Amino acid sequence: MPKKKTFETALAQLESIVKEMESGDLPLEDAVKQYETGIKQAKFCMDILDATEQKITRLTRNLDDTLKEEPFEEE
Amino acid sequence: MMTTKTHTSRIYTVSHLTREIKTLLEERFPFVWVSGEISNYAVPASGHSYFSLKDAKAVINCAMFKGQKRMLKFRPENGMKVMGMARLSLYEPRGSYQLIFEHMEPEGAGSLQVAFEQLKEKLSAQGLFDSSRKKALPFFPRKIHVITSGTGAAVKDIMHIAGRRAPYCHLEIIPVKVQGDGSADEIVQALKLANQRKDSDVIILARGGGSLEDLESFNSEAVAMAIAASKIPVVTGVGHETDFTIADFVSDLRAPTPSGAAEIALPDAAELRHRISQTESRLTRAMTHRMIVLQQRLDDLYSRLKSPRQVMESQRRRIKELTGRMEGAMEMRLGHSRERVQWLSEGLKTHAPATDKQAIQYALAQLHIHMKHRLTQWENRVDSAKNNLEALSPKAILNRGYGMVRTLPDQDLVTDHGQVKIDDRVEIILSKGRLETRVEKINNA
Repeated sequence: MPKKKTFETALAQLESIVKEMESGDLPLEDAVKQYETGIKQAKFCMDILDATEQKITRLTRNLDDTLKEEPFEEE
Repeated sequence: MMTTKTHTSRIYTVSHLTREIKTLLEERFPFVWVSGEISNYAVPASGHSYFSLKDAKAVINCAMFKGQKRMLKFRPENGMKVMGMARLSLYEPRGSYQLIFEHMEPEGAGSLQVAFEQLKEKLSAQGLFDSSRKKALPFFPRKIHVITSGTGAAVKDIMHIAGRRAPYCHLEIIPVKVQGDGSADEIVQALKLANQRKDSDVIILARGGGSLEDLESFNSEAVAMAIAASKIPVVTGVGHETDFTIADFVSDLRAPTPSGAAEIALPDAAELRHRISQTESRLTRAMTHRMIVLQQRLDDLYSRLKSPRQVMESQRRRIKELTGRMEGAMEMRLGHSRERVQWLSEGLKTHAPATDKQAIQYALAQLHIHMKHRLTQWENRVDSAKNNLEALSPKAILNRGYGMVRTLPDQDLVTDHGQVKIDDRVEIILSKGRLETRVEKINNA
């Protein structure tokens, strides 16, 4: 099963691509492909980090045992 | 009578009697454990504490000196029930006795402390604190559950740290009572709830510091078991630096404070951004370098690719030059021969007797004929040499194993050792192919 793309996997892929590229053993076509993938991974990570508005919620259990998720307001 | 006699038989001075009583008291009660309620608590400028300890029926004056007070883990107050170790002392000038406390603790704390140690030992024996069962925190949590009071400093601190370091992370707060009745159960339910939701990467269990009583639920077996059972890593942040709770021992990672827990659980976005942009520029550098190297190689090969026209042109120049040199050499020889003939005929004219004029004329005629013949011969030879030369393409010359040497990169023909220096690059054009070499040695022969 292919693993879901996460920040960690993207970052790990970016770092392994850089190592591979710096070793200089790749044929040019592969290098170009790897380069494009690397840039894509970096952007993927950056987009996640650039999130500006933090999501803060409050999870409570109602009396009837159902769950309620709502925006957290400081009391 | 007896009384009077007793009275008169031994008359104490006040000092003496007081000293006797003091000795009696202090020997009889060198150290005592006492419990009671504090009242009249006062701390004068000396820093020592003076107070009374009382119960329903009696009161004793007490003191505790500054040095001993430093060891106290709590602040004594009026109305507080305490238990402590003291020695009994009589102060002669006032004729009063008092308890000098060496050590004191709130009553009840002692039993809590014992219970804490016992539970700690039991859970430790069950292996709940083993480092082998601690789960690693995920490197980059996208959602965390925060189990703490919905009000108070802990949740604010955590939100503050998360806002600064990790706006990428979703905080979900499960508010619980962090002390008092039902607190432990709420914490247990919250831990179960987070595990049931299974959508967070880390759980932070936090509250501010407090006394041993305040932290009771964090020291409960039920909470300890719920932490141990959690499939999601649990970070505890309880108290202010020094308080260790049972929950801290069982958790996967213990932070000294709620803020500390948030810092440990959430990697700093600014640092990560820096790391990624560094990696990205390394990637671009590697790619650019690769392209530059390839471009240079291509340029080099391209410059070495010669068109056929260029090749023809250079061969034509070579033929022209060779022809020119050959003609020059011929003309020079002819010139020499002509001069010599002229010189000889002059000499002949001078020396010939007038009488032999006929013979001379004959000889002269012969000479002309011979000369002409000779000249024709030479001319023929020159012509044929010329023809040969023209027929001779450089290719033919090269076919015979000669090589054409040219300097690099200017591609000038090398005919003289003076045109090159040691280590110059030269190319040798062969009948088939070309060699690129360096001059290693020059002989000027």
